[in-house]
Amino acid sequence: MTATAGAWRLHRWSVLPGFGLGLGFTLFYLSLIVLIPLSALVLKASELDMASAWRVLASPRVFAAFRLTFLASAVAALVNSIFGLVIAWLLVRYRFWGRRIVDALVDLPFALPTAVAGVSLAALMAGNGWVGSMFAPFGVQIAYAPPGIVIALIFVGLPFVVRTVQPVLQDFEPELEEAAATLGADRWVTFIRVIFPALAPAMLTGFALAFARATGEYGSVIFIAGNRPGLTEIVPLLIVIKLEEFDYRGASVIAVASLAVSFSILMAINLLQRRLGQHRGRG
Amino acid sequence: MAGDSAAAAPPERLALRDPRWARWAIFVGGIGFLALFVVLPLAAVAVEALRKGFGAYFSDLGDPDTISAIHMTLTVAAIAVPLNCVFGVAAAWTIGKFAFRGKTLLLSLIDVPFSVSPVISGMLFLLLFGLQGWFGHWLREHHWKIVFALPGLVLATMFVTLPFVARELIPLMQEQGADEEEAARMLGAGGLRVFWSVTLPNIKWALLYGVLLCNARAMGEFGAVSVVSGHIRGLTNTLPLQVDILYNEYNMVAAFATASLLAGLALVTLVVKSFLEWRYADQLALTRR
Repeated sequence: MTATAGAWRLHRWSVLPGFGLGLGFTLFYLSLIVLIPLSALVLKASELDMASAWRVLASPRVFAAFRLTFLASAVAALVNSIFGLVIAWLLVRYRFWGRRIVDALVDLPFALPTAVAGVSLAALMAGNGWVGSMFAPFGVQIAYAPPGIVIALIFVGLPFVVRTVQPVLQDFEPELEEAAATLGADRWVTFIRVIFPALAPAMLTGFALAFARATGEYGSVIFIAGNRPGLTEIVPLLIVIKLEEFDYRGASVIAVASLAVSFSILMAINLLQRRLGQHRGRG
Repeated sequence: MAGDSAAAAPPERLALRDPRWARWAIFVGGIGFLALFVVLPLAAVAVEALRKGFGAYFSDLGDPDTISAIHMTLTVAAIAVPLNCVFGVAAAWTIGKFAFRGKTLLLSLIDVPFSVSPVISGMLFLLLFGLQGWFGHWLREHHWKIVFALPGLVLATMFVTLPFVARELIPLMQEQGADEEEAARMLGAGGLRVFWSVTLPNIKWALLYGVLLCNARAMGEFGAVSVVSGHIRGLTNTLPLQVDILYNEYNMVAAFATASLLAGLALVTLVVKSFLEWRYADQLALTRR
């Protein structure tokens, strides 16, 4: 963006009309729907002083919910990173019947309403469900226990890693692999030393997106979680419970804390990408 | 992305061949993972919905509360999606066709709803318009209801789905630049004429793509509307909330029958989306969300 010499101008002159109207409407709408409501949240949370806010966050029930939410989200995002890479590899490198259907199915978790995923996974994983009944004889409980939460979060985050790794793998130059092969590297060494380093930034982005999404996820988790306070209660549910008890301040403090974490993760990833020179923003 | 890969299928490059065991492991691992986490839940919805046969399935769908939930879902989407569509076009026009200060900031502000938990999104409107909220008292004096009523559901849905159309159009319109529009303008076309005859034809498929995703999310949103709805049966229940209520009443067949409608919507969305990606790959934004 180059400013014209001399006077400060908001935008560069253009023959096209509609800049003022477009920007005005965009900002008006954005303020009304996003910015004013978000500032209401921050103001509500700041009604509590630091000490009381800390007391809310440090209470055993809230602390347990944060620990469970972040741990389960991290495990789910990690599983998704590994299988996301496998699925991206499958879709980019192999040709097989039904590949297009598989490609489309990867996006199902984006398209399927979370409540539907929630009830369906709960029914599958319960002790009498198709999957749950296979594990029940061994005393392994999936639904209404932490593994169920992880499974729901895996479902929700599944597309992120695939969709960030896929384009990078698609653009990866095969000549590099051929060069590695002529230099004597076998397939495994080529993968670890040549391909993986190129995919790692995309995998990291996918991991962060899946993680951030998982920390806020509600619909798909609450049906399968069991929701026992301190044991299988996630942060978004705790916010809902506080709201139902009309403890709006407590709910706001928890919400701001959880937003702060997810925003800082996304910001860290943005910075990292910029440093890796992958940021292709314009304007 | 998926569209052009088949056409560009490379001739066999021997160095790129994975060992046989690796090929099998990747194939079985990838397909197995998707089967377990994506196909199985879908199948479970269908099976559970039809557990007592088609008769029970259709009579559950004919339940007055479910019918009114369908109405509510359609009404909310019919208001929220067009508004976000107008916003998306305005934002993309401004960002794509003009150079101005603060563009990067504006871009990140538009993305904010994607990183806010659905529950928190709904809560924002409770804080503004709920009884204890900023405008709660004033609203009550004037007998206006926003939360626990249709306006609250629409606002929460608008918040959650705000980025979809904008996110689809902005990268595309940035890439297309303003050359064609400027030429049309120089040839004497007015502003609206430029938009209708030059810009819109260039972005129509991307616009449809964005609307499709926006609509799928608007109709399927659960967390945000759950917080603002108050769960009043037959009045403020959308389809996902109806699934929740029926499930918690252990009315499994009805819950899954209702869920099957939403699953059907998701499948239709995926089919249309894949078709657009395949047919109009070159006219869609390069970035997927």
